[in-house]
Amino acid sequence: MLNKSYYLILIISIIIGISFWIGFNVNLLPDEASINAPIYDELFKILFIIGLILFIGMTALVIYSLFKFRKKEGEFGDGIALEGNLSLEIIWTVIPSIIVLFVGIYSYNIYDRMGGMNELNHNHETMNTNSEKIWAGISQANSINSDLDQTAIEVSAMQFAFLFNYPQGEFISGELHVPVDQKISIKMESKDVIHAFWIPEFRIKQDIIPGQPTILNFTPTKIGKYPIICAELCGPYHGGMRASIIVEDKSDYERWFNQNNKTNL
Amino acid sequence: MTILIDNKAKVKESLQPKGFLRYFSFSLDHKVIGIQYLVCGFIFYLVGGTLASAIRIELISPLSDFLPRDVYNQVLTLHGTIMIFLWIVPVVNGAFGNYLIPFYVGARDMAFPRLNAVAFWLIPPSGLMLISSYFIEGAAQSGWTAYPPLSITTPQSGQIIWILSVLLLGGSSIFGGINFIVTILKLRRPGLKLMNLPMYCWAMLGTSILVVLSTPVLAGTLILLSFDIVAHTGFFNPALGGNVVVYQHLFWFYSHPAVYIMVLPAFGLVSEILPIHCRKPLFGYTTMVFSIMGIVVLGLVVWAHHMFTSGTPPWMRLFFTIATAFIAVPTGIKFFNWVATMWGGKISLNSAMLFSCGFIINFVFGGITGVALAQVPFDIHVHDTYFVVAHFHYIVYGGSVFVIFSSIYHWYPKVVGKLLNENLGYLHFALTFIGFNLCFAPQHWLGLNGMPRRVAEYDPQFQLVNQISSLGALFMAISTIPFLVNIFISIKKGAIAGNNPWNGLTPEWLTTSPPPVENWEGEAPLVREPYGYGKDYLS
Repeated sequence: MLNKSYYLILIISIIIGISFWIGFNVNLLPDEASINAPIYDELFKILFIIGLILFIGMTALVIYSLFKFRKKEGEFGDGIALEGNLSLEIIWTVIPSIIVLFVGIYSYNIYDRMGGMNELNHNHETMNTNSEKIWAGISQANSINSDLDQTAIEVSAMQFAFLFNYPQGEFISGELHVPVDQKISIKMESKDVIHAFWIPEFRIKQDIIPGQPTILNFTPTKIGKYPIICAELCGPYHGGMRASIIVEDKSDYERWFNQNNKTNL
Repeated sequence: MTILIDNKAKVKESLQPKGFLRYFSFSLDHKVIGIQYLVCGFIFYLVGGTLASAIRIELISPLSDFLPRDVYNQVLTLHGTIMIFLWIVPVVNGAFGNYLIPFYVGARDMAFPRLNAVAFWLIPPSGLMLISSYFIEGAAQSGWTAYPPLSITTPQSGQIIWILSVLLLGGSSIFGGINFIVTILKLRRPGLKLMNLPMYCWAMLGTSILVVLSTPVLAGTLILLSFDIVAHTGFFNPALGGNVVVYQHLFWFYSHPAVYIMVLPAFGLVSEILPIHCRKPLFGYTTMVFSIMGIVVLGLVVWAHHMFTSGTPPWMRLFFTIATAFIAVPTGIKFFNWVATMWGGKISLNSAMLFSCGFIINFVFGGITGVALAQVPFDIHVHDTYFVVAHFHYIVYGGSVFVIFSSIYHWYPKVVGKLLNENLGYLHFALTFIGFNLCFAPQHWLGLNGMPRRVAEYDPQFQLVNQISSLGALFMAISTIPFLVNIFISIKKGAIAGNNPWNGLTPEWLTTSPPPVENWEGEAPLVREPYGYGKDYLS
């Protein structure tokens, strides 16, 4: 009996060990290029490891049972007439409940750190001068810089393009240029059907809904060019509805902004 | 009383066409209707599978070069609609439900045989209508979700035919649901208590409650949507002051429970198959019953997790995260109970058992990604990407479809009276299992790395993984060949099965194969312990 539980603990430890090793060494995600990305990846790693432990464990149990309890050639009769076991049932109700609760609370914490629980309309006073209602979006709790130098951009989506309006410079661009390490606030509205604004490297997505403006706040942390992808089926050219976000350092961004700035003329 | 039943039986029998022809008739026999559902569903499965192949061929290369763009969207819309409404829902509910439930409750037929036949005969015309829309002005192209305003602005005829056909299929589903509830609660043989019933009855009771509660909401929603399209009302049209997010709430109020309508009966079927082939009682009968009912209740309050990136306020996201994640608990109980059922058994590793074990492994995987998707911050990145496509195929294909195949291997000897060829069954399983995992496992990576769903073109860096996925789809397509060969050859040349080839204790095995019209020659047997394997009185 002691021998048996020794083996059980050994096997469980091996499964947990393998899961942790895979969780820390196999990267399934793209680059991290915003403040949200490392927070997201932390959650992903935890979920990945828990998922691996459960999946490897269950698969191992099924395959082991198939070999161990397989009926031998010419063998007749039934297995043991075991109809249930209350303490086992309690164990596999309570342990998953604890895991699910832990994951739920943990992801709530992650969501809060991403700014998901912030009041949208309050946060957007600076930008909504006409105090238009914001219906949904992702805000951001703590950015590197204060709210004062946040860059506000308006995005309008239509079949099958994104247009980026820079109100401070009164110009419209087909590419989204933003300065690095600065909080960006975009307000999005659709001209026709539902679209979605997704930057995989930033781990953020928000639907763009006709008649219901939404917002998205993010802080890019890595200079580079990343795709903006429409993720909601919007018509025949949905797959081609792409734009780029160019994250550049502050001086490059200001040079680009001044080249396009119409208020200077 | 018995004489009366016998006379009725004779009258009923004399009115029905005999032999092969009765499958094309308005038969009232629940067994005939069950087979009608199954064969009809399988034909639509082949159509839906052909459409899936077209999608996978398009995605072999990064450019949109195989199908015209609007046709591609029609193909993905039809693929989703056919697989859900014409294959999985009618087969796991209608086919196996109709065939098995009267046996399990000890009845000679369903409570409402005519309603039953009507429910089935709504399916072929609405399916044909749906497919025919392609040849009129093109089928619907707004996805099986038909979100407005896209569904309002795309060509109208296809969308309207889509709505009509889904309404008819929903009606069929409601008729079936009412029939199952009444049959299970009211037609039980005297002496048979609810807690004596085989687990599939409980699964069908839970499923039918979901069908009856949620399908009318979908029907109402689609009627409003059709008003918006035809009569230019403004329920969901933002240009006329409508709200597109309301549609999403109403749609998912049905369509999330629809997932349980597809998997709960599958859970029930597995609970019948495992004990017989493991020679052990079903582990934890009572907890299984409670977990089914727990899934039914929770399944009704999780719909907004499909809308974490649309217009939902933060508190709502939090509530739906927790409710969704908690479904994992009753579901997990069922899986632990199945493994416990296998533990210490004397397992025959035949095709039915292989598909059931494949189901357990696939579904655990899909369930784990499901719990991850329930977490708002996780979902925000992968929502509407191939990660979600992979996840729900693990649930509905790796789950429900594997169980359908397992059930066909398990009950074919009862229905036909012949055994299926096991070697062809192994080949079918190997091709399906490898093909399925090759097709869908890599799609998780695609979604995480930036490939949205429902696209005909993608970044070149995703080409290799998409080709692996398409290769898997090819395996899945090939896998239907040994299956069909097996089915057709065994009808003529299969070994005689006998009445009870698996030595099962559930009531359908206690009659002839195939069973007589009235299910039993004499009185229905009273089976109080459908899972009494290994008990003394048997030996």
